[in-house]
Amino acid sequence: MSHGPSASGGALVAAPAHGAHDVPHEPVFVGAQRAELDRILSRYPTKQAALLPALWMLQDARGWVSEGGMAEVAEMLGLTPAYVKGVVTFYTMYHQHPVGRHFVQVCTTTPCNVCGAEEVVQAMLKATGCPDLGLTSPDGRFTVIEVECLGACGFATPIMVNNDFIESVTPESVARLVAELP
Amino acid sequence: MGYPHPSHPRETPILSRYFGDAEARTLAGWQARGGYEVLREALATDPQQLQGIVKDSGLRGRGGAGFPTGMKWSFMKPDGKVHYLCCNADESEPGTFKDREIMRWTPHALVEGVALAAHAIYAETAYIYIRGEFTEPYARVSRAVEEAYAAGFLGANAMGSGRRVDVHVHRGAGAYICGEETALMNSLEGRRGNPRIKPPFPAVAGLFGKPTTINNVETLTTVPHIIRHGAEWYKQYGRPDNPRSVGTKLFSVCGNVSRPGLYEVALGFPFREFLYDLCGGAPSGREIKAVIPGGSSVPILTREEAEGAVMDYEGFVAAGTMLGSGGVIVFDDRQDMVRQIARLTRFYAHESCAQCTQCREGTAWITRIMERIRDGEGTAEDLDTLVSISENMSGKTICVLSDSCATPVLSGLRKFRHEFEARIAPSRSTVAVPGALRAPAA
Repeated sequence: MSHGPSASGGALVAAPAHGAHDVPHEPVFVGAQRAELDRILSRYPTKQAALLPALWMLQDARGWVSEGGMAEVAEMLGLTPAYVKGVVTFYTMYHQHPVGRHFVQVCTTTPCNVCGAEEVVQAMLKATGCPDLGLTSPDGRFTVIEVECLGACGFATPIMVNNDFIESVTPESVARLVAELP
Repeated sequence: MGYPHPSHPRETPILSRYFGDAEARTLAGWQARGGYEVLREALATDPQQLQGIVKDSGLRGRGGAGFPTGMKWSFMKPDGKVHYLCCNADESEPGTFKDREIMRWTPHALVEGVALAAHAIYAETAYIYIRGEFTEPYARVSRAVEEAYAAGFLGANAMGSGRRVDVHVHRGAGAYICGEETALMNSLEGRRGNPRIKPPFPAVAGLFGKPTTINNVETLTTVPHIIRHGAEWYKQYGRPDNPRSVGTKLFSVCGNVSRPGLYEVALGFPFREFLYDLCGGAPSGREIKAVIPGGSSVPILTREEAEGAVMDYEGFVAAGTMLGSGGVIVFDDRQDMVRQIARLTRFYAHESCAQCTQCREGTAWITRIMERIRDGEGTAEDLDTLVSISENMSGKTICVLSDSCATPVLSGLRKFRHEFEARIAPSRSTVAVPGALRAPAA
């Protein structure tokens, strides 16, 4: 069930069978978003340094980082789309495919593992209806992945649901937690 | 106060004094607790003098390496060049969550320390690089920076000093390796987070090619206390017979322990008393089996070794391990060490940046072997292969992630070898036995 070790970073989420990758990219950096990017650019001596923040803005706006989105970011920062993709694929948090409305990351690294994190993962897959790690539930609401150390080891098991941190999750608390998400 | 439980009477809460106190999060609340007074004084003080005080205090970097902070600062001279300060808030070492609580509860303590340090190293610009998963710390620190700008504490004329101090918060995007200082700089520059070959060291050519100092969150948060109370005050904390480890240290405690959470003690504290009196030992009547005292990259201790250790840089080295980041991971007697060490190697395999062959191949290879031993499919030769790979991937790469993967394997094999051997199925031995492959007689 678990993905094997990969030394390449990048996507932990499986590509969808069809659909989203074919939809044309709607520009993100217009109006207020453009002004925000300009404000961010003023913090750095190079445009390239605004790459991670710009990718965050893209993902916040569209839910994931598409090829068209990467091309727009490249254009804004004077980079090539290939360079941008090279950076995107290094980091685990940029979604290279669309994900469920609730992107659930369960920490299973050793400190949480000794406290039963793998049982939380199993309970999470069951409660969300996700067929496996990295796959999205048939209703499109959830994608569940295992994540490496979230840095909240004293509050095992921590999970992230999109940008929200939830601490001390147990297999027993998973069902109610999932039921309360919209 | 303490978090998530009240401070123990034997703690020395200097950094953690306001953990759990929500009012300390705001600028007004922080000022009511004496915040920013020392920054005002420091901005009017010659940087050389500030460097001298920190040097005299004996403060060592709290991110893991323990490099003397004052010495690191002294590499930054008034040379007229653009300098940068980076605050390493990419806390990702399994077992470590101290910087998270500093940022969540006392974000202004960090902003004050960052601004002070920037001035002390002749920098006008500082970046706080926060790991991408730390959404709440990012929001808290960003808010604190905004408040500090609005109050005129940061900016072109910080606190009326006539000096420019800009502080920017930069969010990572998921990569353990970006906690390595040169990888962090690459990431901040908008690159893949691959560590750089040293030299040149950051003090010569760091962020954007300029002289740069990189300090950990806890280190920078400690500095204002030292400037305020003096080097002698700071040196009182520690063993009288060990002047090389002074001050207080935050320890984040997790795993199979009764009271997990943050503890701040003076260095030189007895580890046995720490584990049992402060943290309550293993939960529900279990016994401690093993302890990793300084984050997952340091050697594992048996219970006996841990109970005899002293909590400072030299004390942990004497016990055969390291203080590291102060992330204490406790394993109780239910834990299967093979399984848990295999899980650690998977972490390193996942987080390898794949730049150096020894690390890219070694972390993945070790993980495959560890998982096959875990699953009862290992051979006796696998144990020797683990040692051989571990030795061949240590000290041979650009950064120490590779060594960090080998460490739990080598220390685990040395101290819990019987658990490994018990997993090797006799039928799986590849040792040549004449006739062994022949079908049994009917």
